[in-house]
Parts: sequence; C-alpha cells; structure tokens
Amino acid sequence: MRFDLDRPLELTFALAPDLLLIAGTMVLLLASAWGTETAKRQRAVGRWSIALCVLTLAAVIYMWWAGHTATRGAIAVDPFRWATDVLILLGAILAIALSMDYLERERIDVAEAHVLILFAVSGMMLLAAARDLMIVFLGIELMSIAVYVLAGLNRRSGRAAEAALKYFLLGAFSSGFLLYGIALVFGATGSTNIADIGAAILERGLTTNAMLLAGVGLLVVGLGFKVAAAPFHMWTPDVYEGAPTPMTAFMAAAVKAAAFAVFLRIWMEAFPYLNGAWHKPLWYLAVFTMVVGNVVALVQKNIKRMLAYSSIAHAGYLLVAVVVSNFEGASAYLFYVFAYTLATMGAFAVVIALAQTGERGQQIEDYAGLWRVRPGLAAAMAVFMLALLGFPIFGGMGFFAKWYVLQAALRPPSQTNLAIWVVGTSLVSAAYYLYVVMVMFMKARPAEAPSPLKVPGMTRFVIATCAIVLLVVGIWPRPVLRVARRSLPQLVHLSEDLPRAPAPPR
Amino acid sequence: MIQEALFFSAVLFIIGVIGVLTRRNAIIIFMCVELMLNAVNLSFVALSRLYGIAGQVFVIFVMTVAAAEAAVGLAIIISIFRHHENVDLRNINLMRG
Repeated sequence: MRFDLDRPLELTFALAPDLLLIAGTMVLLLASAWGTETAKRQRAVGRWSIALCVLTLAAVIYMWWAGHTATRGAIAVDPFRWATDVLILLGAILAIALSMDYLERERIDVAEAHVLILFAVSGMMLLAAARDLMIVFLGIELMSIAVYVLAGLNRRSGRAAEAALKYFLLGAFSSGFLLYGIALVFGATGSTNIADIGAAILERGLTTNAMLLAGVGLLVVGLGFKVAAAPFHMWTPDVYEGAPTPMTAFMAAAVKAAAFAVFLRIWMEAFPYLNGAWHKPLWYLAVFTMVVGNVVALVQKNIKRMLAYSSIAHAGYLLVAVVVSNFEGASAYLFYVFAYTLATMGAFAVVIALAQTGERGQQIEDYAGLWRVRPGLAAAMAVFMLALLGFPIFGGMGFFAKWYVLQAALRPPSQTNLAIWVVGTSLVSAAYYLYVVMVMFMKARPAEAPSPLKVPGMTRFVIATCAIVLLVVGIWPRPVLRVARRSLPQLVHLSEDLPRAPAPPR
Repeated sequence: MIQEALFFSAVLFIIGVIGVLTRRNAIIIFMCVELMLNAVNLSFVALSRLYGIAGQVFVIFVMTVAAAEAAVGLAIIISIFRHHENVDLRNINLMRG
C-alpha cells in the first residue's frame, strides 16, 4: 500500500517497526530499573532485549515483504530502509548476546546496558528511515547519546571513562558541524526534506551557491566524524580501545552501518546535481581514509586498536560507495556491511573470549600458539581476519564484498584510480591481518601464558554463527546479492539515471 | 536583517570552534560546543523569517537534544573527575593517542 505521510494514522503504520522497538525498550527500561542490580536480572533483560530485536526484525521483514511505499515526506518507506534495518538489528542482536556474557564476567551488573543498546538501535532505525535532515539530526543524536553512555559503561575503569569523555566531546563537536551544515542547506534551499533539496537545487540552479556548498562541506565533516573517516578519525582508536569490547563491536558494526546509510541516502537524493562540487573532496577523503587506516594499523600491538584502524580502513572502502553514489554503490554498501558486520562482530567476540578479566590479554602477541590450546577459536579468528582482508574462499563473504565495491567503482563512468587504491590498500592490509593468523598458527605458545578462560555459551554461539554464515554465503553469495541488488533507495522525484560523475582526478 | 543575523551566527560558531580546539578543560570545551549549537539556533531563527515557522520548530528540537546531551555529558565528566581528580584533558591520557 502507498502510505500518505500527511495522515497521522498512516504515518504511524509507516513507522510501525520503529515504534514497536521504542515501546518495548521503554518497558524494558522500567523492568531493568525495578529492583536490585544482579547478574541474573542483567541476563533476563538481555534475553528479553534479544526477543524484542527479533520481534522488530519480524516486523521489518513483514513491511519489506508487503512492499509498501509512501508519498514524499519526512520518512522513507523503501527496501533500502528495511535492508539497513535488518543489518542494524543483526548487529544489535549479536552485540547484546556478547554483552550478556561479558558483563557477567566483568561483574558489571547493569541491566540498562541492553536497554541503551536498544535506544541506540532505535536512533539508527530512524536514520535508516530519514528523508528529512531534521530526522537525520534527531536520529544521530538518539544513537550517539546512548553510545556515549555505553562507552563509559564500566565505571570502575579509568580507560572506559576516558573513552566516553573523548567520544562525547568529539561527538558533540561533530554534531555541531552537522547541525550547522543542515542550517546552511536549509538556508540555501528553503527545505530540510532531502527530496525537496534535490529538486530545489535542480530547479533554482544552486550548483554554485556558496551557502549551499558550505553547508555540504560541513555535512561531510559531521558525517565524516560519525563514520570515522580520516582525517576525522582521531577519536576512534582511543574510544575503541577503552570502551567495553561488546560495545566496541556494536560501535564498529552498527553505528557505522547506520551513519553510512544516511550518508548514501543524502548524497544520492539531495546532492546528485552538486556532483561536480563534492566529487573531488570525497574522492580524496576516501583515498586518505583507506591509506591512513591501513598504514597505521600495521604498527598496532593491541588487537582492539588494530581492529579500530581496520574499521577506519573499511570506512574508506565504504566511502567508495558514496563517491560513486549510484545504485551499484548502494547495493555494494548493503552487501559489504553485511559481511563487515559478521566479520567484525566475530573478531571482537574472539577478543572477548580470549581476554582475561579486566580487559587484559589483548595484545596480538598474547595469541601466540592459540592453535595448540583453542583450535576452534583460532580457526574462527582466521576466518574473520581473512574476511576483513577480502581473501577468496577462506575469507568467505569478505572477498565478494570487496569485489562488489570494486564493480561499483568500475561501472561507467569508471573510476579506475579509485579501484586501484582499493586494491592497493587491501594488499597493505594483508600484512596486519595475516600477521594475526601467523601469530596464532605458527608461533610457539610461551610456557607462562595463561590458559584462556572457558568460552561461555552465548559468545560461542556468536562466534560460530558469524563464521558459518560468512563461509556459507562466501560459497553461495547469489541469494544475498540478489536481495542487495533489489533493496535500493527509492528516489522520489529524480530520474533513474543519476547525472554522470566528472572524470576522476588524476 | 537576516544577513546580519547569519553573519553573527557564523561568528559565534567560529568562536565556539576555536574554543573547542584551544581550551583543555572538559567543561569549557563542552560550553564551547553549546555555543556552537546556539549559534546554529540563531541561524534557524533568522531563516524562519524567510521560510516560515519550520526554522523555529527546529530550534525547539535542537534545545531538547542539547539538554539531553548536557545531562549525559556532565555525568561522563563527573565519572572522569572520580578517576583523575580534575577534568583537564592534558592529564587524561591513559591510552596512547
């Protein structure tokens, strides 16, 4: 059915999965605040949170299947939104499962942790649906404020407090840029609706309007901070290292997926006619992000810091999808984020399983000879590293994810230079991903190394699921790809053919 | 009138940015961020003269969000104070970076 977003009842239906999640989250917030803080209550709230996510997932899939559309309005009702929602909810379910075990081991008996993840997810789902810059701002803030708290969840840890402070200050700073960008775009075009902005730019010939271009520049800065693109990445390594590991995994996977979804939607629908102005800066942003992420990751000793720089590098690969801003880019983004979510969640799950209490034992050297004591974990970690690297067969989906990003970049007007940078920096990344594999399989385990703790059930489940799905889809990627190809953003007024990109800079 | 308001909101915003970049006290940095947000509010109010009531509605949204952010931010600053006994970013450096 076609929702008329001006009528409150139909707007409610169009937002049904989001409202379901928010209502359930409120109930769980009350449930977790009721009574004493115990590990048992924390696990119970965690289980209910997963159930709520699954229920929301069912609602999202129903809406997707029903094939609803909507009139032009503040929110989008299209397959791209539902596909992004599925990826976000998948990340959330895995993160909640991981944090149940983690919080129990670290004796952080705060049931609110799961509720905060759900609040962040509702912000992300709002972002996936946003077709108005004000909704974008509200979604980003709803997501970020919850994640600031998650970063500092462990109040006993000085590092967690430091991570939360750095994330908060830089996050609030970047929100300022984002908001000013929104204000300037509003000032130049007279609207905050993404579709109306695109139409106004075309009709009133604003392609060289200084106010609009300044606004677009500020939006790039604000969104660049959120997706951790270099040179706006300074907070990432410290925050990822200091935050509790399941929250780091959640930040690396879901926060990035949501921020990129909105980035793509704004760029595809509001600014396609400004292509000449933003193409070059975004091109350099993508290349610089890939180079910085991959090169600095080479010298990291701590596995969480290494994965933080690797997530910066992956932001660079995903930026390629924004630079090309075509339908191939959007479907490559969906496929890539699916692979990246599984690989990152899996890798952080292994980090959680191998860490000693108090986040010790997270140097890459601590994994020496892991193959001898925990062959299953070592094999799974190898799969995740190879998937992040984009290695064929053993890396599963990771290979196809990179492949489709390259295809999006090579579709005419082909951006061969950008594709060369993707391949070149991926080769550099082999050095640090394969180093982890080498340490696990080929180095001898030192005699004094503590034997890893027993892996709790949920963590084991997450690791196994991520590894198996990565490998199976890696062998048989067609169904997932077909879904990704069909789940495109519906551009309300623009023609199917987006304007051609200018020749890439030499 | 609108031009002047937009000009001064840009000036306020830049003052806020410079404050964030140069000051090292967490609370002062946070106040500078609030200055940035309020500079944007000024733009929105000015623009609502051109485009109708929408700009003023946004200001209400922004103020609400800023209040929520302040609640969380000050709580985080308190938790930092418990660990370090001050809120000077030069002293808060457990992690390399």
